[in-house]
Formats: sequence, C-alpha cells, structure tokens
Amino acid sequence: MPRIVVDVMPKPEILDPQGKAIVGALPRLGFTAFSQVRQGKRFELTVDGEVTEEILAQARTAAERLLSNPVIEDVVNVEVVAD
Amino acid sequence: MSAAEQTAEQKKFNMDTVANAAATPQTELPWAELGLKHNEFEEVVKVLGRRPTAAELAMYSVMWSEHCSYKSSKNHLRQFGDKVTEEMKKDMLVGIGENAGVTNLGDGWAVTFKIESHNSPTMIEPYQGAATGIGGIVRDIISMGARPVAVMDPLRFGAIDHPDTARVIHGAVAGIGGYGNSLGLPNIGGEVVFDSVYQGNPLVNALAVGIMRHEDIRLANASGLGNKVVLFGARTGGDGIGGASILSSESFDDTKPSKRPAVQVGDPFAEKVLIECCLELFKGSLVEGIQDLGAAGISCATSELASNGDGGMDIELTSVLLRDPSLTPGEILMSESQERMMAVVSPQNVAAFEAVMDKWAVEYSWLGEVTDTNRLVIKWDGEVIVDVDPRTVAHDGPVYDRPYARPQWQDALQADTFKASAAGQNLPATGAELRAALVELMASPNMCSKDWVTNQYDRYVGGNTALATPDDAGVIRVDEETGMGVALATDANGRYTYLDPYHGAQLALSESYRNVATSGAIPLAVSDCLNFGSPEDPDVMWQLAEAIRGLSDACMELGVPVTGGNVSLYNQTGTTAIHPTPVVAMLGKFDDIARRTPSGWRADADGQAIYLLGTTFDELDGSEFANIRGHLGGMPPKVDLAAEKTLGAILINASRDGMIDSAHDLSEGGLGAALGEMALRYGVGARVALDDLCERDGVDAFTALFSESQARAVVAVPRSEEVRFNDMATARQFPVVRLGVVDAASTSLEVQGQFDLDLAELREAHEATLPKYFG
Repeated sequence: MPRIVVDVMPKPEILDPQGKAIVGALPRLGFTAFSQVRQGKRFELTVDGEVTEEILAQARTAAERLLSNPVIEDVVNVEVVAD
Repeated sequence: MSAAEQTAEQKKFNMDTVANAAATPQTELPWAELGLKHNEFEEVVKVLGRRPTAAELAMYSVMWSEHCSYKSSKNHLRQFGDKVTEEMKKDMLVGIGENAGVTNLGDGWAVTFKIESHNSPTMIEPYQGAATGIGGIVRDIISMGARPVAVMDPLRFGAIDHPDTARVIHGAVAGIGGYGNSLGLPNIGGEVVFDSVYQGNPLVNALAVGIMRHEDIRLANASGLGNKVVLFGARTGGDGIGGASILSSESFDDTKPSKRPAVQVGDPFAEKVLIECCLELFKGSLVEGIQDLGAAGISCATSELASNGDGGMDIELTSVLLRDPSLTPGEILMSESQERMMAVVSPQNVAAFEAVMDKWAVEYSWLGEVTDTNRLVIKWDGEVIVDVDPRTVAHDGPVYDRPYARPQWQDALQADTFKASAAGQNLPATGAELRAALVELMASPNMCSKDWVTNQYDRYVGGNTALATPDDAGVIRVDEETGMGVALATDANGRYTYLDPYHGAQLALSESYRNVATSGAIPLAVSDCLNFGSPEDPDVMWQLAEAIRGLSDACMELGVPVTGGNVSLYNQTGTTAIHPTPVVAMLGKFDDIARRTPSGWRADADGQAIYLLGTTFDELDGSEFANIRGHLGGMPPKVDLAAEKTLGAILINASRDGMIDSAHDLSEGGLGAALGEMALRYGVGARVALDDLCERDGVDAFTALFSESQARAVVAVPRSEEVRFNDMATARQFPVVRLGVVDAASTSLEVQGQFDLDLAELREAHEATLPKYFG
C-alpha cells in the first residue's frame, strides 16, 4: 500500500536541543566530520488504495495543521512512496 | 536606488559606529517600529548628545520597554518600598531591585523567591512559552546564589469550552511539566482559573524558590577595575527578538532566517547543568557579580551589571558565541536566547572559572572587562558601536505619571449586587437544592479538581516536598537536620479585583496569608505579579494604581514586606482588558515541617471535632456561586486584616502545639467547598450541622455554605484538645463554632437537616470536569 511521507524540521533559527545534544556526542564517539546536527521528524501516512491529488492535498493540510507546529517548525517534504 | 546601492547602504548601516552616528545625525532610525515613542527617542538623543547607533537604539528600545523599565508602574510601585516598617526589614537580606529578594530563615539559612509572568510568549507558543517561563524564573533564583528547590504556576485561561483554551492549556501544562520535571524541581502548587476575560490573554505566571546559606548571596554588579566579564551557557541565537525584523535595515544578508520574532526554545538539561555549574562557582567564590539573561538579553545584563557596579564596562561583541552567525550587533544585544548567564570574574580566578566550565562542559566566552570610565562601551571588531552611561539604559529610563480615573462604569457595577439581580433569584433553599448546588459548584471549572493539570507535574522530586497541591500551601523542607522549612501559596481573584481593585488586591494578599498560616507556617514575605491591561487606558491605570495602593497598605498592616515581583501590562485584546489580576505569592516559615497541617481529615481522625473559625456574612457578590449563574457585580467580601492576623496566629499556634490535625482555609466556594475538599482529600466522611452557625451569624443555610466571607478556616480538633483549642480562640476573642465530627465509617458528607452527599458521587463530579474538556 502506498504511503505518504511527511518530513518536518525545526525552523533554522529555532534552538534544537536534540540536535545540539547529538552534535556534542558525535566527536566523543569518534565522528569528527560533522559541525551541525538538526533533528526533525518523519511521518508515514498509509493510504488504502491509490493516492489521489485530493488525498495528497489532505496530507499537506494535515502536515501544516497537525503534524507540524507552524510557529517553530517547517514542513520540508511531502511525498508519495510506493512499496 | 539600485539593489547594489541599497546593499552598500545597508552594509554601512550595519557597521553603524559611534563615530558614524556623530557624523550622520540625519539618518532615519526605526525607533517607532522598535516600540519607542517620539519623546523617548528624543530623550535618547538628548542623553547621548547625538543620534544613537543602531546597536544603542536596540538597547534603549528594549531596556526602556514597559516590560524592562516599569515606566508606567514605577511611580506606584515605590509604595512597596515606602510602606515598610523597621520590623518588616528585620529579616529582609535583599529587597526589591535585585533579581529576587532574599529573606532570612535563621540558623544561617536564607530563602529567595520570585514570581514573574510569561503571558504573551505562552499565547504565541504555549509549550515553549510556559517552559521558558520556568527557565527564566529559575535563573533569577540561581543568580542570587541559591539552589532552586521548587516552582509553582498560577495559570489563567479563557473559557473552558472555547476551542483555543484546549490549545493553550495542553501546551502550557506540558511545557511547565516538561521543563520543570526535567530540571528536577517539584511543582508544589499554583492555581488554575478559567474565565472568558483571559481568552486572548492567558496568564501564565511562574514562581521559583531557592535556598542558600547567608554567605552565598550574590548580587548583580560589576565592580573592581580589570575584572573580566564572561558570558556562559547556551549560545546566542535569534530567540525572542522583539520586533527585530524591523532591524533588518541593519542587515546586509537576505539569506538569513527571516521569520522573526523567533520563539524562545528552552533546553532544561542545559539549565540543569547551568544550575550545578553556578553553584560550584559560588562555592569556590569564583565570581564577583552575576546576572541571568532574560528579557533584553545582553543589553540588560551588561547595563545592569555596569550600573550597579562602581565603574564601567568594555565589551567586544564579536566574542559572543553565536548559534546563528547571521545575527547583527543589535540582534545579539536584544536576543532572548535561554540558559545564559553573565558573570564578573577577578583575573586571579579566571583559570579556576574555566576549569569549572570545562568540568560541566559549559561553553563560555570572555567578552571584556570592568573599567573606571563609568561608561558601557561595546565594540564590534574593535569599532565602538555603543558608548553610553549604563545608568541611562538600566535605571534612568522614562517614567510616566499616566492619567487614571475611576471608571464611569464602576458605580453601576458595584450597585449590581447578586441577590438583587435576576441571577440571584430562586436561590437553593431546600436540602435537595443545596445538595445539588454543592455538587454543581464542586464540578464547575474553577472549583473542580485540578489533578488533570497537576498530575502532569512532578510534585515530589527531590524528596523534600512536605505538602503540595491540593493542600493550601506547598511546603518544602530546607534543613534536613532540624526540619526547618518554607511554605508558599499564590492567590488572586480577578473577579474581586474587578469589582474593587483596592480591596481585591488586599483579598489576594489575605488569602495567600491565610493559606500559608493554615499550613502552620509563619508568613514572612511577599512577591507579586501584577497582570493588568493597557496602562494607557485611564480605567486600567486606575485599577493598577488602586491595586498597588491596596496591596502595599495591607502588606504594612500584616507586617509582610514585598521583596520583588513583576508587572505585566497590555494584557488586553482590542480595547477589552483582562480582569485586573494581582497574583500574590506568600512565603512562610516552619521551624519544623513535621508540624505542618494537611488540608483534609484522615481515617485516623475519626471522631475529631470540626470547628469553623471566623464570622460568616452575607457575601455572595463576586463569588464562585454567582459565577456559575453568570453574574459579576456588587462588592467583594470585606477585607479584615486584623481578623486575618488573629486567625493566622491561632492556626500557627494550634499547629505548633498539636491542637489541630487538619485545617483548610475558606475562600472561593465558601464553607461548602471547604468541607467538600476536606472530605475528598482522603475520602473520609463527616457529619456537620449549620444551625449554630446560622443562628449566631444571622444567615440562612445557603449563605452559610456559599458566602465567601474572609478570615475563616475549618479545623479538625482531636477530642483531647477541644478545651485547650476553645480556650485559645476565646482568649483571642475570635469567633469559633463547632460544626460536627469526622466520621471515618461514613462515606458521605452529611449536613444534618439538609442533605447527605455521597463522597463517591461528589468525587466523580469534582474530578470529571477537566478530563471531559481536555481528555
């Protein structure tokens, strides 16, 4: 069944404590190549049947209104993934 | 102008140095967009003798804002410092003006506490707004040299059934829990009130309390020529820059994040590290002065430290560690990024300071040093962009005597009494009606169980919580050896204060005093958070002036000094202001918290006598019962500070001498609510009768149950102590009446001759309300 993937990231100017913690931990484990980490989240919305334009539009609206907090986060990607 | 020319122009402005400002007096500055009034901008020009640079304008605009300068309230707030007796000063180690007041507890211990507002950040982004409210007030406590030990949150939201209320309360409560629980600080009390007047302006106030030894007290001043200035903790980002998109004229890079003002995001784990790291600095006496960074960020910290010290300060702003490298100097000065502190360190302690920072993995950067010039000089890559007298930024801002007048509608409001109104007809009279009314009251949004909120907080982390919500006061143990501890309560009643601001503020003080005394603690000091509408409205300004006058008069009479607090104005939507809401936080002291008095009777209290202390008058105006019926008018209950004092003394002595086992103060909802809450606390029933009370005070059963007369409390007295207890009340000429007995075998609250109310039914009604609306 096809899934719609929604990626949400904290806005660039917003503090991201999780990303900060990870960037602090990386060099301690020997990963020294990375200067910044931003942690976002990924949602997978499964659709029974075909993904129509209308369903995709619904997913976009849900992404803006429920899956992300528009005050501090951006929806960076909404796409259909077929299995 | 071409794009290239514009970029060149803006680039020049970005490097707006003092020399440039002197050479280009005609440059247009966005002072109005930054919130300065024309006369204020002219005052800045007069103070400097030239136009301000962009960075100076940023500093003055945030430091002269209402939030930082108290320009509308300052003239009135002076009363808190003036109406103080020598006796009240006795235990005040640090008073108003520092980050928080400090009160002596004896045995070398001291306590510091303060309450602040974080109202509008919470409206915009409830989770982060409420979370950073906790973070900010906790840093105030740290910067005094104390270890934070508890927090409290008085919360006021819009109507319970309004869809936006669910958004705000879910976020705010989760934010308070998320930040406070992560910090390891118990949340020991507060309030939750719903009223449509707060719909567009929820009030999220935050209180923190900390304890320390006397020698650990630290102040915010930068003294000692040559001492180093250091910024440590989180990096500086674009958080909470008030209206700073306006400063984009300062910017020459259009690729930077644009959506400002950015929400401040809190990081409680970083704050926890900051607490431990600061306490280690204090222990080693490694800092000469310290200041937390809150509103107005570096602008506030540098100007406050410098103006409270004995000289000036030189700062290199490019040394500030940035999270967002595109920030302009003005934005760096205004940023409200969380979890940052600024300290002054003597040169010989620099290495030791750095060792502590490294141990806790806290980032720091040395910004400059204390000078003897009496000037605050800030450089950007060596070029002077700020050169001001720090006092003009921090202390000598504009002060307004705003016009105020008793609103024209006030008389009509006060004349509209509940019992004469349509809502006040057909009042409950029969037993069945009174029973139904009590159930309805106990299930109403303001009187219902707040467990849904407080269960999201950790009340006991740290292991020193002796009492917490829903008891009258939160109690924290300070000294494990002696059992010495403190009690705290916060109270306000916007409805009372709307009806009569002078007395309404005194009623908030009375209730917090009574709550602390009911727990058995001796009230010592006050911190207040004054939440009002726009001071530019003479009606609102009158409410503010009256509330401050009332509160300061009453503090003097009760002998409890105000040690600090906060004023939050412009809480209004359009021309409609919130109810004036002065939240009063009272701090009390226990010699031994083992003597604390809980607010409900337990099963082992079977047979104990239930007494009501105080007099019941016909006072339903502004009450919660009137609220249920949708009425607000008339005069609030009478203030009787002398009676509050006597009642307090009785409750404190009775607790210390073991004469009472439980006590609960009477406030919103009156005797009915108090009896219901005492019974529900541990699920233990009682049999009471109202006849003696009604006969003595000349009131009917309805009034006896629902009047909100002040200076009253219900206590449970062991049989063996009844004589002694009665003698004490009589000796103090304080009215006391026996209502009945605790009945452990019963599962109901029986009001003889009126009704028998099953506790399971009452509990279901009491506890179902918040889950019904918020899940």
